[in-house]
Amino acid sequence: METRLANIWRLTVNEKKFIETALQSDLRIDGRRPFDFRNISIKFSREEGSAEVQLGQTHVMAFVTAQLTQPYKDRPNEGTLSMFTEFSPMADPSFEPGRPSEAAVELGRVIDRGLRESRAVDTESLCVLSGKSVWAVRVDLHILDNGGNLVDAANIAALAALLTFRRPECSLGGEDGQQVIVHPPEVREPLPLIIHHLPIAVTFAFFSNESTVVVDPTHYEEAVMGGRMTATLNANNDICAIQKAGGEGVLQSVIMQCLRIAGQKAYDITTKIKNAVESYNTERALRKIKRHPSSVALDISGAGVNKEKNQNKPVPQKGDSERSNLTSEKSVADQSMDIEGEAKSSEQQQTNKIDGDAKNFIGGPSSWDPYSAGVNSDFLKASLASRGIKMPRRKEQDSRGENMTGEAKPVEPSEDINVSSSNIEASETVLWTNGEKTLKDAVKPKNKRKMKSSSTSER
Amino acid sequence: MEFVSPEGLRLDGRRPMEMRQIRAEIGAVAKADGSAVFEMGNTKVIAAVYGPREVQNRTQQINDQALVRCEYSMANFSTGDRMRKPKGDRRSTEISLVIRQTMEACILTHLMPRSQIDIFVQVLQADGGTRSACINAATLALADAGIPMRDLVTSCSSGYLNSTPLLDLNYVEDSAGGPDVTVGFLPKVDKVTLLQMDSKLPIDIFENVMQLAIEGCKAIANYIREIMLENTKQLEYRRGI
Repeated sequence: METRLANIWRLTVNEKKFIETALQSDLRIDGRRPFDFRNISIKFSREEGSAEVQLGQTHVMAFVTAQLTQPYKDRPNEGTLSMFTEFSPMADPSFEPGRPSEAAVELGRVIDRGLRESRAVDTESLCVLSGKSVWAVRVDLHILDNGGNLVDAANIAALAALLTFRRPECSLGGEDGQQVIVHPPEVREPLPLIIHHLPIAVTFAFFSNESTVVVDPTHYEEAVMGGRMTATLNANNDICAIQKAGGEGVLQSVIMQCLRIAGQKAYDITTKIKNAVESYNTERALRKIKRHPSSVALDISGAGVNKEKNQNKPVPQKGDSERSNLTSEKSVADQSMDIEGEAKSSEQQQTNKIDGDAKNFIGGPSSWDPYSAGVNSDFLKASLASRGIKMPRRKEQDSRGENMTGEAKPVEPSEDINVSSSNIEASETVLWTNGEKTLKDAVKPKNKRKMKSSSTSER
Repeated sequence: MEFVSPEGLRLDGRRPMEMRQIRAEIGAVAKADGSAVFEMGNTKVIAAVYGPREVQNRTQQINDQALVRCEYSMANFSTGDRMRKPKGDRRSTEISLVIRQTMEACILTHLMPRSQIDIFVQVLQADGGTRSACINAATLALADAGIPMRDLVTSCSSGYLNSTPLLDLNYVEDSAGGPDVTVGFLPKVDKVTLLQMDSKLPIDIFENVMQLAIEGCKAIANYIREIMLENTKQLEYRRGI
């Protein structure tokens, strides 16, 4: 019942008047139109079931966890979904640590109603053993920055987190089939929650003059508004929940108009959430592929790319293919172990390895020592004899650059890497043969010499 | 489960558009500045209003208007199973917030700066529609306390079961899992101040259900006016007018 008004940031009378007058001409202080939403950005972290949403300045995080528990007595076949909100004091000067305030409770209940009562999250699939053991899904919402319209942002965060959450698979075992065995994620792939539809919350703010309505109020507009209404709809134009907790009275027609607008907004936001979740899922699937070194799929991390291109290299070659294949694969496997250890040296080894493979590709001798720091000069002689050195001159600079940023850029198409690796190899061969050859070596020093001579001549 | 029989009768024998029997009594709590008991069928609620009085917590004082506080609690014996925690749980906090904001919108708070108005609502018997009964009781109690208001606030709930819009749900119909729409209405200016809905409902059906609830609110408003008129006549009589 207590509302701590002492810490509330108050708007000055001038600012209030300004916002109200501007709204009378359909102008909002951040330049939006009355029914425009702010930019929504949805991010996920490595942990499954956590989402971070930014709606303009409002910043909210949601975390989903699940635990096995006993079901409620009146619903023995259903799992439970509970929502906890934390209004972090760093979000707003009026948020106090400790017990959730009225606003926090209201926010939690509105989102809870939208998800639970509308049967968005299927609770019956969370039942493991009827009457004894069900999954209790818990959503924790943390408000990090209050820029206005916390309900909508928190709702999107909760939905995104629920969509990407995976619960461990469990089966019944034991002597009487009554014991619940939870399989860890390494043993069996965790399962997603079954979500039938996405209820999206859209908040409207009403102002005291002549039914001015805006969508997605900022915290300035919230301080001025006379009343607010949050309508939770899904993309099929079903109303899942409405919360208009008193405040300014509005006509019935205005309410219906707001609901129709909310339907359109819900559709837009649903597509945004689905796109974000899809891209996260594909990224996660690709990340999982990295675990198996013998796969040939394109990998996202730079190290993976190097490994993979090593794989690609031996495959197309003919000649002394088998033995070199085996050795290269073995070295790749060794490589993968090395990579976890030292980054730099492994990179070196990789580039050298690339050189080795490239040489194999050309058709040189097949024995290769993955732990040597340098390159065998015999190979270089043979390779240089068999091919021209036109490539290195042009692409040396590029290859140098690529070599450096190979680790930094996570996604590179394999074709570029092939080219760059051959360039790297060529440049390395050039360096190594400095002492041996005369003309064909040191294309770069030759250039330098030219530059120096030209500069000296200029002087 | 069948909530509307083929003849069109509900579980308690009402018609779909029929409201439960209403009964109101003003002045139940003698110590309070204003009080009222409101019954809607088996749901019985008592409201007490204290104010306008001096703000107890100086830090909460508002210089240009009155501070309105509200506390909603359910008696332990109000529901079938004895309630463990009558107030302080999240549902009570939310309903307190809702009632406070609803009443605050229609009280002329700018006429009573630096003062405090307390509304205490207690549910004695819960059989569905407690929120609506509380708001109706609070309106009567505020009127009894003589606090200036823009308009009466009346509230009624409605639902949609077996493809029929139903007015004034009782507990069994409420816990059926169907949609439950609670409307708080200002009859004189014809505006909706409170609107809460849960469960899923398509937009056009929602419009019908909300319209039905508004009709219920208007009927309650008529009854409340009658009660207040009756009460005023009683006061006149006692004063010897």
